[in-house]
Amino acid sequence: MTRIQKRFEALRQSGRKGFIAYLTAGDPSLLHTDSIIRALLRAGVDVLEVGVPFSDPLADGPVIQRASQRALDAGTNLTKILKMVADLRGGSESTSEHSRPDSGVVPVNREDTPFVLFSYLNPIWQMGIETFACRSRAAGVDGVLLTDLIPEESGEIKKVFDAHDLDLIFLVAPTSTDERIRKICSVARGFIYAVSRTGTTGARESLSEGVENLVQRIRRFTSLPIAVGFGISTRAQVQSVCKVADAAVVGSAIVRRIEEQIDANRGPLPGAEALARQVEAFVGELLTPR
Amino acid sequence: MTGPYNYPDPSGHFGKYGGRFVPETLMAPLEELERAYREAQADEKFNEELDALLKNYVGRPTPLFFAERLTRRLNGPKIYLKREDLAHTGAHKINNCLGQGLLARRMGKKRVIAETGAGQHGVATATVCALLGLECEIYMGTEDMRRQELNVFRMRLLGATVTPVDSGSRTLKDAINEALRDWVTNVDTYYLLGSVLGPHPYPVMVRDFQKIIGHEARAQILACEGRLPDVLVACVGGGSNAMGLLYDFLGEGSVRMVGVEAGGRGHALGEHAARFIDAEGGGGRPGILQGTYSYILQNDDGQISLTHSVSAGLDYAAIGPEHALLHDLHRVEYTHVSDGEALEAFQLLSHLEGIIPALESAHAVAYLKRLATALRPDQVVIANLSGRGDKDVAEAVRLIKN
Repeated sequence: MTRIQKRFEALRQSGRKGFIAYLTAGDPSLLHTDSIIRALLRAGVDVLEVGVPFSDPLADGPVIQRASQRALDAGTNLTKILKMVADLRGGSESTSEHSRPDSGVVPVNREDTPFVLFSYLNPIWQMGIETFACRSRAAGVDGVLLTDLIPEESGEIKKVFDAHDLDLIFLVAPTSTDERIRKICSVARGFIYAVSRTGTTGARESLSEGVENLVQRIRRFTSLPIAVGFGISTRAQVQSVCKVADAAVVGSAIVRRIEEQIDANRGPLPGAEALARQVEAFVGELLTPR
Repeated sequence: MTGPYNYPDPSGHFGKYGGRFVPETLMAPLEELERAYREAQADEKFNEELDALLKNYVGRPTPLFFAERLTRRLNGPKIYLKREDLAHTGAHKINNCLGQGLLARRMGKKRVIAETGAGQHGVATATVCALLGLECEIYMGTEDMRRQELNVFRMRLLGATVTPVDSGSRTLKDAINEALRDWVTNVDTYYLLGSVLGPHPYPVMVRDFQKIIGHEARAQILACEGRLPDVLVACVGGGSNAMGLLYDFLGEGSVRMVGVEAGGRGHALGEHAARFIDAEGGGGRPGILQGTYSYILQNDDGQISLTHSVSAGLDYAAIGPEHALLHDLHRVEYTHVSDGEALEAFQLLSHLEGIIPALESAHAVAYLKRLATALRPDQVVIANLSGRGDKDVAEAVRLIKN
């Protein structure tokens, strides 16, 4: 069983729903991201989505666009992100760049919480699919979601990922026809990421009423867990999504919280631990009670 | 090239290039668009209406003009100019906009969005939307709005909303990102993409609407020279005017074809928009951007690089996927000319022929100078004069003065 399967199975057995947190790696630096991820794990996040910044994030709203730019400005790239993940997993690839004196707190779930890389295809393509899959697996990455990859174009990539036991996760959109949902479900692994509404990533005041319907349509074609994301930013929204789906994804709201702390500091970056505590508090609020 | 040229395949691939690399949300609208386009293509009424508008509204066929004084000055082959600058709105862009505009209306769309670089596609889109009574919003980078101010006025005059895009390099690439973000949000909107770029079916559809350029040019050159041209020359940004001119001649092995990219102000990455440039580390590599797989100017991490060109319409990091294939097949030669050469050609053609070319088209004209030394006087060249330069006069004066 993969980490993702184990995690969703454990959730199912305990009658809980999953909470998936997204953040853009390297925003505002990988040192910060490392601390924030440890904080998210402490807060009890079930799956971590680590965003790989891209210069042209056309599926993202302004919040993640700005985060991606900050991350790129800080020199973030895929190689460094994989090193950070390896370091977090306590694997052999840890580097001096990201390792720091341990704060004494042993993060919970550092070894068994699934890590999913969330990326546009090009940065991964340029590394080389085989190299990427190898290094991701070695670093402790469990799944990969490629925003601009549809099943029809995924043949070669899926073959390589399957060979490395790396879950290729796909999006299903409200616009997806049943035929497309069937096609997606036939190649997807890990879980299905249902997009709550048309549009780019980013917080919305209200959730689309079509979410329940979309989740039910997907259920007809797969037994994989279904996570719902895009536009979820409040505890009430998390709860309402968890009534119909297996997990809720919160992304831009977390990234926005990070951005607020950066903006409030006006110039020097906030300390990594201080920033991590802010995010932990925010996510803690979203998580209780589930 | 051996065997018949038959691209793209049914899934929109030009060899290994092209395809569809988009968020899942856009797949339903893309499939709807592809279906509607295939139906329209086969519909006689649709084609009749398009042909009539191309004739009576655009003013087609555009002339093929023998540039006698330019020919004499360059002391080489006979130079003909395909006068797309004389098409309504001043560039070839209108051919595609009329086709897609009629398609949008046929699909029952009420709202049209588009990106623009030089503003020519934006103006053509706004024009067609005015003609057909469609709501129109144009995304344009703020840097391009500055250097193509006249076209911003034109679009607004035509009733379009021009929305500034202030991200990235604030040029064409960023305008496309923003248009795609609009489309992924408003999936009932018609996205009128302006070049042979983006996800399938755009590259083939835009080529189909533009291939009339080469189709006319073939008949025209046969009429005045009694034979096919030796060389075709066109500038290449995304590559729609080039595909339009070249497509009809691809099967003619005797016809040499040259695509002229923007060499900007140097060979280093970021200083030009020449995807096929061969300089160490300064050129493009295959990758995925804005829905398609093609050559892209990017760094080692796969981040898209900034570009530079004096011409807003060529200032773009990627190239249409069909050009990537034609490059790899060695069917089309790709070269580049610098900002300086383009500005010089801009003045040369104005002085010698009384034709002010768009700075984009001036790249094709600039290359003629180099080409001329290698050809004989009995040889025949057609250059695509894709647009007129009125929009560039203020920017050119500023640059020439400096």
